[in-house]
Amino acid sequence: MTIKGFGDCPVPRTDYDRILLGHGSGGRLTADLIGKLFLPAFGGANATALEDSATLTLGEGGGRIAFTTDSFVVRPVFFPGGDIGRLAVCGTVNDLAVAGATPRFLAAAFILEEGLPLADLRKIAASMRAACDEAGVELVTGDTKVVDRGKGDQVFVTTTGVGVFPPGRSLSIRNARPGDRILVSGTIGDHGVAILSVREGIEFETVLESDVAPLAGLADTMLTACPSIRCMRDPTRGGLAGVLNELAVASKVGVRVTESKLPVRAEVRAACEMLGLDPVYVANEGKLVAVVPADDAERLLATVRKHPLGRNAALIGTVTDGRAGFVTMESLVGGERVVPVLAGEQMPRIC
Amino acid sequence: MKFLDEYRDADAAAALVRAIGRAATRPWTIMEVCGGQTHTIVRYGLDTLLPPGIELVHGPGCPVCVTPLEMIDRAHAIAAKPGVTFCSFGDMLRVPGSTGDLLRLKSEGADVRVVYSPLDAVNIAAANPGRQVVFFAIGFETTAPANAMSAWMAKKRGLTNFSLLVSHVLVPPTIAAILAAPDNRVQAFLGPGHVCAVVGCAEYEPLVEQYRVPIVVTGFEPIDLLDGVLGAIEQLEAGRAEVENRYARAVRPDGNLRSRQLLADVFEVCDRKWRGVGLIPNSGWRLRDEYRAFDAEHRFTVGDIETQESEVCISGEILRGLKKPHHCPAFGTECTPQTPLGATMVSAEGACAAYHAYGRHLEPLGIRVPARA
Repeated sequence: MTIKGFGDCPVPRTDYDRILLGHGSGGRLTADLIGKLFLPAFGGANATALEDSATLTLGEGGGRIAFTTDSFVVRPVFFPGGDIGRLAVCGTVNDLAVAGATPRFLAAAFILEEGLPLADLRKIAASMRAACDEAGVELVTGDTKVVDRGKGDQVFVTTTGVGVFPPGRSLSIRNARPGDRILVSGTIGDHGVAILSVREGIEFETVLESDVAPLAGLADTMLTACPSIRCMRDPTRGGLAGVLNELAVASKVGVRVTESKLPVRAEVRAACEMLGLDPVYVANEGKLVAVVPADDAERLLATVRKHPLGRNAALIGTVTDGRAGFVTMESLVGGERVVPVLAGEQMPRIC
Repeated sequence: MKFLDEYRDADAAAALVRAIGRAATRPWTIMEVCGGQTHTIVRYGLDTLLPPGIELVHGPGCPVCVTPLEMIDRAHAIAAKPGVTFCSFGDMLRVPGSTGDLLRLKSEGADVRVVYSPLDAVNIAAANPGRQVVFFAIGFETTAPANAMSAWMAKKRGLTNFSLLVSHVLVPPTIAAILAAPDNRVQAFLGPGHVCAVVGCAEYEPLVEQYRVPIVVTGFEPIDLLDGVLGAIEQLEAGRAEVENRYARAVRPDGNLRSRQLLADVFEVCDRKWRGVGLIPNSGWRLRDEYRAFDAEHRFTVGDIETQESEVCISGEILRGLKKPHHCPAFGTECTPQTPLGATMVSAEGACAAYHAYGRHLEPLGIRVPARA
């Protein structure tokens, strides 16, 4: 065999000079964008800048509020189990709820593409109203812009939310301690796989539905029953693996999960198998991850399972004093592996 | 899931690990040929379960990794042309060419799309008669039937705006090249089950006879892999060298006759360059003359693009089983999945990417990684 040198290995590439889709994936490219571009530009003075919501103190004795914003660009706009309107309300409500705040007020900004049927917009608005009622929040202000046909993707929605913290409540992703247990409130990967199945026209025997739901009630129930909860996150972009890695880095701890404990719907597993995806990286819109002291874990699990949005909750792992910043997993057959953050979009494998 | 869970069963895995421990009286080096098998090994941590001395080395079976640089550059040249819609499996979008990857080209305005099947690309062509639609047809005998079908379908539908950029590679000539190399240290192979499901096992018989090396045809689940390792060790310990099919639920001796016929109708064998390895005679497929109209290299006259590669990265040695990813000084430092210096770090099936994703930090955690060479 003729062996040749490997090559003028074309050296890429964190130095992308344009935005790629991967910059919105919630993976490492997103983190780079925030850490290397936005934070230096904006100062990052608030210590909670990288939490899902900022915590703001309103003067002396004025209490604390949670403040957050999020944009929604989902395609298709209507999908099994929800639509962009429900998503836009739930996404922002959930960022407030997992911070430990009671969501109160929302603002919504719409960027509409010329030609969007008003009937579609009407359905989206009604869906937002229903989701607000479900979450117990009021939509109090908004904005509308229209762009030329072809310059948008039907409709983009940005929601901004304000929540109020009960006195004494402080959750932070930096709070996890070795020995704590990790709880996930239900099956993972439902939203991402539902979107993918309709986007790619892949049909399954059962309808895969998004889990999009407001988590304010569930979070409040959990925090009332178990005030010792250290922190909560909703594993949206980047999936469960993304949140666990954020936790490991922010709290300077190790995280170890057991693959056999992960709740995954059979149809989601099957779809992931078919597409070559790993459910731990697939997005969720109605689940939360909580870190809780070990002594309270089983009691919290029982509480969560009684809630309609928590029936499939499970304790999936432990916070360790192992190598800080790393998530490891005991595989189904007992081997060990690291669960890293993805560089960019999860790419389906070729075969 | 039926037919899946039983191949991921922890008790069954433990029993196989014990059996491997009993069977192995000395160190053995076994190569899994296929990137999908590498992926399973590291995803399930199988290498952390095996007894010391049983070394799994990773073969050239990642189609993304072995696609030569000039083919990537040809893909870029085509995708950058106005009026072209360039379709590919997702992995290929991140493979670095001489001037960047396809993702970058997409961000600059090229119409680059990820598809799940080459037949999707045919449908895109049918729906967009004003655009030239090109599918990047890479991979082994496994992906080739669907790619052949896309050319056949495009011809049947009379499409004049669909073509394939073909860079298909074949497994048996590559195994022969590895075994013939003077520095080879592979003592047995886990044969790629899905390749055999298409073309059958017979092509491996001459290799076994000529090189006296066991080839155990193996599936892709953890239990398949451990069972394959056990089969290879049993043969090695007994001094036997046979083609052994341990993936009978998917592989018939003759393979899939309809797929083989389709492949024979559309493709013919050619010499093919492998990234990191070089030219291997008769190791690839190209479109037959009857399908020349669907050959993107011909249609876009990019066949003359040549790229000179340098000596920076050790992917070539990794692909031939001579070194492990962590032997590379750039591994995990300059070279990561986000900043791949070589193709084995790009695809999820590449040995470096798989090691990086699942194994890089095992040793500091007190978890054993496979023995170093």
